[in-house]
Amino acid sequence: MSSYSLSEKRRPLKLKILIWGLVGLWLVVAAFPFFWTLWGSFKVEADFFSKADWANALTAPRTVAEHGTAFIGEAYHGAWVQEEFWRAAVNTFLVCFFVVCTSLTIGTLGGYALSRSSYRYAFWLLIAALIFRAMPPITLVAGYLLPFFEWNLWGHLATTIIVLVAINQPFTLWMLHSFFQKIPKELDESAKVDGCTQFQAFRHVIIPVMWPGVITTGLFSFLLAYNDFAVTSILLSKENQTMVPKIASFLGTTQTEGNVMFAVAAVVSATVPLFLLVLFFQRQIVSGLTQGAVKG
Amino acid sequence: MFLKRVILAGAATLMSGAAILVSEPAAACEIDGRVSIIGNEFPAIHAVADGAKACSGGEVKANLTADHQKINVAGMTGNPAEYTTAIIANSSIVALMNEDVIRPLDDLVAKHGRSLKPNQLIRINDEVMAVAFMANAQHLVYRSDILEEAGIEPPETYEEMLAGAKVIRDKGLLQYPLGGAYKAGWNLAQEFNNMYIGHGGEFFKPGTAEVSINNEAGIATLEMLKALSEYMNPDFLTHDSNETSAEWKAGNVAMMNMWGSRMEPLKDPEQSSPEVVATTTLGAPMTVAGGSVPATTLWWDGWTVSKNISDADAEATFLAMMNGISPERLDDEMALLAVWLIEGYEPTPAATGVFAAANMDAVPYPMLPYQGLLHTALGNELVDFMQGKEDAAAALADVEAAYTAAAREKGFLN
Amino acid sequence: MLLFIALPILSVLLQSVHTPHDAVLIEIENCGPFGCTTSTTMDQEATRALRDEQPLGKFVGLDIYFDRGHLAVREVVQVWAESEGIGDFLASLNNLPFYRAMGFTLTFTFTVTPLMLIFGFMIALGVNSLHRKLKGFLIFFSLLPMIVSPLIGSLVLFWMIDSRGIIGSALQWIFSDPDLSLKASTGLTWVMLIVYGVWHAAPFSFIVLYAGLQTLPQDTLESAQIDGASRWQQVRYVVIPHLMPLITFIALIQLMDNFRVFEPIVGFNSAAHATSLSWFIFNDLSGETRLLSSAATSSVLTIIGVSILLAPVLVRTWRDFNAKG
Repeated sequence: MSSYSLSEKRRPLKLKILIWGLVGLWLVVAAFPFFWTLWGSFKVEADFFSKADWANALTAPRTVAEHGTAFIGEAYHGAWVQEEFWRAAVNTFLVCFFVVCTSLTIGTLGGYALSRSSYRYAFWLLIAALIFRAMPPITLVAGYLLPFFEWNLWGHLATTIIVLVAINQPFTLWMLHSFFQKIPKELDESAKVDGCTQFQAFRHVIIPVMWPGVITTGLFSFLLAYNDFAVTSILLSKENQTMVPKIASFLGTTQTEGNVMFAVAAVVSATVPLFLLVLFFQRQIVSGLTQGAVKG
Repeated sequence: MFLKRVILAGAATLMSGAAILVSEPAAACEIDGRVSIIGNEFPAIHAVADGAKACSGGEVKANLTADHQKINVAGMTGNPAEYTTAIIANSSIVALMNEDVIRPLDDLVAKHGRSLKPNQLIRINDEVMAVAFMANAQHLVYRSDILEEAGIEPPETYEEMLAGAKVIRDKGLLQYPLGGAYKAGWNLAQEFNNMYIGHGGEFFKPGTAEVSINNEAGIATLEMLKALSEYMNPDFLTHDSNETSAEWKAGNVAMMNMWGSRMEPLKDPEQSSPEVVATTTLGAPMTVAGGSVPATTLWWDGWTVSKNISDADAEATFLAMMNGISPERLDDEMALLAVWLIEGYEPTPAATGVFAAANMDAVPYPMLPYQGLLHTALGNELVDFMQGKEDAAAALADVEAAYTAAAREKGFLN
Repeated sequence: MLLFIALPILSVLLQSVHTPHDAVLIEIENCGPFGCTTSTTMDQEATRALRDEQPLGKFVGLDIYFDRGHLAVREVVQVWAESEGIGDFLASLNNLPFYRAMGFTLTFTFTVTPLMLIFGFMIALGVNSLHRKLKGFLIFFSLLPMIVSPLIGSLVLFWMIDSRGIIGSALQWIFSDPDLSLKASTGLTWVMLIVYGVWHAAPFSFIVLYAGLQTLPQDTLESAQIDGASRWQQVRYVVIPHLMPLITFIALIQLMDNFRVFEPIVGFNSAAHATSLSWFIFNDLSGETRLLSSAATSSVLTIIGVSILLAPVLVRTWRDFNAKG
């Protein structure tokens, strides 16, 4: 039950219009570049990136001239079949899956422990985590390169997963810590009164209440792993490339005709799994986000 | 573009596209060892790497990426090195030399390098350190129809180019008749280098790492760059070679100084409009301020062999890379990709500008250990001047100060 | 985490107080496709001897921190002595790379962070009051600016904001100025980067705050309603205090991320107008000759900068922490 649904029936029309206007505007601003890209991915480069007139991206005169139709799937064919983009998709899936699982496991246990600890070191640990996060990832990656090459760890998915988890962990820890802090201590105490151990209290009482926090944190871990370019582009070998560096390799320093459109198609394709994920888990995400309400 | 044609012809990927080229007459390449290539990702380098991959008997891997310069030194430092060869240019071999990760190739050249032309061998201090396979240079390109309409001759000097740009604008043919890769950073610095060399300037006090560009030649160089930029799209500081080429293909530019390696796509009917294809004409590099040395630099791309690998791997690498640049593989498709230095290469029409540059005795880009530092400093510190926020002398003083700080850190200056 | 982040931080600290040894330079002859030239190179034998002796390099203390590329102490003193008033001083200071980068970075940080919080909060309130069937759909589209950022940014957005792209043309039409170009002037480039920053980061605060809204205690809200609190008062006195830990968290992360702003600068080719410490590091590491010590110094300065920025928030957390114990 959402808190505001209570007052829904009493909401004046003006406010409704305001809310709809705001959300609608946000929707347009957020999604417009994406729809523009989606539309453009069925054109040739000369139309989508036309230097003569931006409206060419809509009317597609050169696409029609070259292919006889205004919608072509060449870019998708090129990216997925010729350039084997699906390999990158598989790698991305592996990286995301392990990054999310690992960082959530460490993050929930650590965040819970830190939020329930009143020792000073807990605070300093959190601060240390934060300072670690302040380190620019480019420096980290540049520093990793030499040892990784020397120890023969470079290029493997596992190495990248560990690095991404390490980079992401301070964020996960802080985020879950903030969520745990909002859960009243009485909750675990009452569980302990009922005869639960600390861990059982955590597992059976806290986690269900924490679901919104865990889902949200997991979502961000996922997005980080999904989106990362700094780490994956430098630390992965060609065979193990994930989607984002693969897309970047379509562009390169010397753009080749056709390849740019492969990149556009790949960018669109890369958002499809996200769409499916949200679609598939919509109930879990939304209800997870709504059912966790704490009766305080 | 060639790639597309290969693709349309039914060949599948870039790799298999080139593999088909290989499977024809090429002499069998047998290697006994590990080969691992790191290099940039443009099509000519892909073609070379594909040739190396055609060898049998050992594993051949290639990591061709725009980030190659960030990876290559680290990847060649370990022992054994991850990469047995790095494909580099005359600017980037310096980093490998400075870190001492590449080996002299004299023994391998004597044993397996008979088909190499003498000018392919990059000798540093009498040792062959790299094998060059392609050349590049910036030179003039112009639209013959627009120049004709404006009643001007193709420029031979930058002064003529400026005058011509004024005529074109005054006649209302194009508002921004000039193009150029003036993106802040590497590109802008490269244009400075060209123009400074054209003015007869010396970058350093002879024999030292002390910079000396804050002089008359430097100021004249900047004034010329500024004057040219007045006739360019106002966004010129964000335009790299890709953007500039795109402007050209759209027919928005009448004259520009551009890389020879970018010429083929400009004349591709699938990318440019018909009138652009028909009238794009290649010229020679221009001179400036009455000088005789053209305001451009010559570049080569070549491959090296890692120092920290076994002799067997080094030999395998050498053989595989030799196969990558073997004259037998140089067919019509591959010939279009670059200005090759390989035996038997017949210059294509798109190569005339680079050849003209070489014939005019243009200077190669300096292979100095500290040239890269100056290049970076120029790229960052000249933007204020180009935006009119600073005068030329102050900008050059800033460059010198930035370079000096960097060179001190690197131990080139005390 | 210790291994992967603490050790690198240590090594970066070490690197930042060392520089490579003095290079021993010798004159040589280089020959290539274009003939032979006399040139200079590093004498590897001699340099190696120096390296073996002190593998870390030459200890230089804080020299690099104070050189022109970073804090530029000498130059600042000189500028101070020569300038005729504070305006002149600031203008000259802007000529030094570090201070120029700080100018942009701080402006960016202190505009984007509050704006993205406000937008995110408003969207979260808006979405929260909508029908639940719509929510999944909205969450997906709201995430788009986050997920497609770096690549779409450099590819599609960069083209859309060009003076002949769709957004660029629209702006020219709105302001009826046919010469308007976002990429050509420093001011407009800053505005563009800030708008992009807010666009990119708003989903983050939206999702976090939206999740936080779900845990809002019902009875407090109900009693506030019974007490006759207006809608605005409910938000002000019930909702915001409840979300405070999350707001603090978002502010922490965003201050940090915005201080390290990097991707939009590279993506929009706007290094001519705006730079940041992270961009310095990128620039040091991607040249033909990599400046490792300089990059390390910039990294340490980034960490110090972030610590200063976060200090007020951290003090607050510290108080909360003690109060809790």
